Amino acid sequence: MDLFEYQGKQYFARFGIPVSPGGVADTVDEAVAQAEAAGYPVVVKAQVQVGGRGKAGGIKLANDADEVRRHAGNILGMDIKGHVVKRLWVEHASDIADEYYASFTLDRSAKKHLLMLSAKGGVDIEAVAEEDPGAIVKLHVDPVEGLSSAMARQAAADAALAPAALDGAAAILVRLYECFTKGDCDLAEINPLILTPEGKVHALDAKVSLDANADFRHPEWEEFKATEELDEREQLARSKGLQYIGLSGSVGIIANGAGLAMSTLDVVNQVGGAAANFLDVGGGASADVMAAALEVINFDDSVKSILINIFGGITKGTEVANGIVEALSRVEVRAPIVVRLDGTLAAEGREILQPHLSDRLQFQPTMLDAARTAVALAQ
Amino acid sequence: MAIFVDEHTRVIVQGLTGGQGKFHGLRNKAYGTQVVAGVTPGKGGQDVEGIPVFDSVQEAVAATGANASFVSVPPKAAPAAILEAAEAGVPFVVCITEGIPAQDEARTYNRLVRDFPGTRLLGPNCPGIISPGRCNIGITSGDIALAPQAGQPAVGIVSRSGTLTYQALYELKQNGIGVSTCVGIGGDPVPGTSFIDCLAEFEKDAETKAVFMIGEIGGSAEEEAAEFIKTSMTKPVAVYIAGVTAPPGKKMGHAGAIVSGGKGTAQGKMDALAAAGARVGLNPTEAGQHIVDIVRSL
Repeated sequence: MDLFEYQGKQYFARFGIPVSPGGVADTVDEAVAQAEAAGYPVVVKAQVQVGGRGKAGGIKLANDADEVRRHAGNILGMDIKGHVVKRLWVEHASDIADEYYASFTLDRSAKKHLLMLSAKGGVDIEAVAEEDPGAIVKLHVDPVEGLSSAMARQAAADAALAPAALDGAAAILVRLYECFTKGDCDLAEINPLILTPEGKVHALDAKVSLDANADFRHPEWEEFKATEELDEREQLARSKGLQYIGLSGSVGIIANGAGLAMSTLDVVNQVGGAAANFLDVGGGASADVMAAALEVINFDDSVKSILINIFGGITKGTEVANGIVEALSRVEVRAPIVVRLDGTLAAEGREILQPHLSDRLQFQPTMLDAARTAVALAQ
Repeated sequence: MAIFVDEHTRVIVQGLTGGQGKFHGLRNKAYGTQVVAGVTPGKGGQDVEGIPVFDSVQEAVAATGANASFVSVPPKAAPAAILEAAEAGVPFVVCITEGIPAQDEARTYNRLVRDFPGTRLLGPNCPGIISPGRCNIGITSGDIALAPQAGQPAVGIVSRSGTLTYQALYELKQNGIGVSTCVGIGGDPVPGTSFIDCLAEFEKDAETKAVFMIGEIGGSAEEEAAEFIKTSMTKPVAVYIAGVTAPPGKKMGHAGAIVSGGKGTAQGKMDALAAAGARVGLNPTEAGQHIVDIVRSL
């Protein structure tokens, strides 16, 4: 789950990472109120989960209430790469002497935590990695040992941060690591991490992605979930406990297992179609799950055909077939359905479905055939 | 022969008294696996359909001489269960649990490396391992796997995905091709056992003549496997990679299946594997056909 900047900053604050004083605003009046509280000059920042906000005009400096009004009015409702701005973060503008980059992620290859630190901050770090890889210090941290203050200070020195920034940056790195580990982040990134002319170091931006698997021990994440940018289809799927990702094609997909579901999208694409979604019904594929899946697919107007791709392992083909039949009796499905059913007791499962076959429900023997048929029906 | 598990493997099930543990543990036993004990703290002295239950892994190992564990406990309890098995000296631990936080997983993995180098972890979030006809630990349905056939070359399978693995087993069975061992390494970001670990074992295993590898988007395990195939494998490898059309930044069902920052794409993996000499199929059927062709030509 990706956080908005303001949420990331609030999350940072829990771990003692200094951020600029500021607040959230959903209207122009609220923006002015937040600006008065933070103290001028302020920065008015669009809250969208996409890079390049500044270039798009979504980040503006304001010296007084009139300027805040003007900028807030312009930015609210602005479309930044398909993301419409509904919320602003207004914070006291900082004087900047230096801009740095700092992040923690999991290095899956090394199977250790990875600190990336650079004196070249405030720009796209991937561009820095391309053009000047030597400017990024990479330090692997053993998840059992953790990050000590001494390691953090050494990394800051290795990255050639200004001498005045070393202590402050090291302290923030240790806290950012705490946030990353105890806060169960997939990514905790500060870009830029700034040094002010007065010698203070603090986070000017926050990019935080949370690990949904750790949800059970973070009741405080509820408020983040409330603002998560899900489309209506995804909200419905979540309410039904389904693993669903909305896409832009016209073939609705239901498959069991994440790998098979991904593979189904690929095969649909190979035969010239495009999937409307990723949907993994898991191992069970019971009538309840199948009905829920069909309801979610049905909700999506762009779906012109439905491909159900099930491979029975422990799940028996007969159970899946009964699930489909029962689901169809509960849900009025708009689009024609193509079923590929293979694996354990698949033949028996197909027999169960046989009496229900029509131009609205048909079998295909293989994944490729099923995909071709579904794509043809969608066109 | 087979890799990691065979007819001599003696298995305990951590969580045997729970719903999933009981269901799969009994299925594994019915398949012919030596399921010698269960472990559930506080339930020592009970039994599950004749399988004795112990309070701790240590007691279970002492009483039964078990040399493998099947961990089927909820995400909160799984890291401790894995480490308990390692502490008791169990050399092979299979964890099917889905949903373990990545931070816990990374710590557990590094604890094993540092403190218990004698223990291999398979998983978490994996379907388990089956050496058909000899041993089945996990959730794979034994019926869809064919044991190696006398006088015929056998194939080894290693995969990040469950259902695609079942499909591979099934297709090979339809073609009369036996499988030495099928290893599901799981779809999480920090798997205990990697593609390379399995490829190296298959390369050494006299019975395995070719390897079917199934990968997916996210991370760089497939690229690393490609390097290993190029430098260290003589046996032919056929590959399928899922997720060509996966949108960037989305976790595709598996916690580890995510393209981020332009890295971990299916195309990049396929290119690396093809360059390493593996035969890459664009869909599971095509990859399956590659492995059939390879076996027929041996």
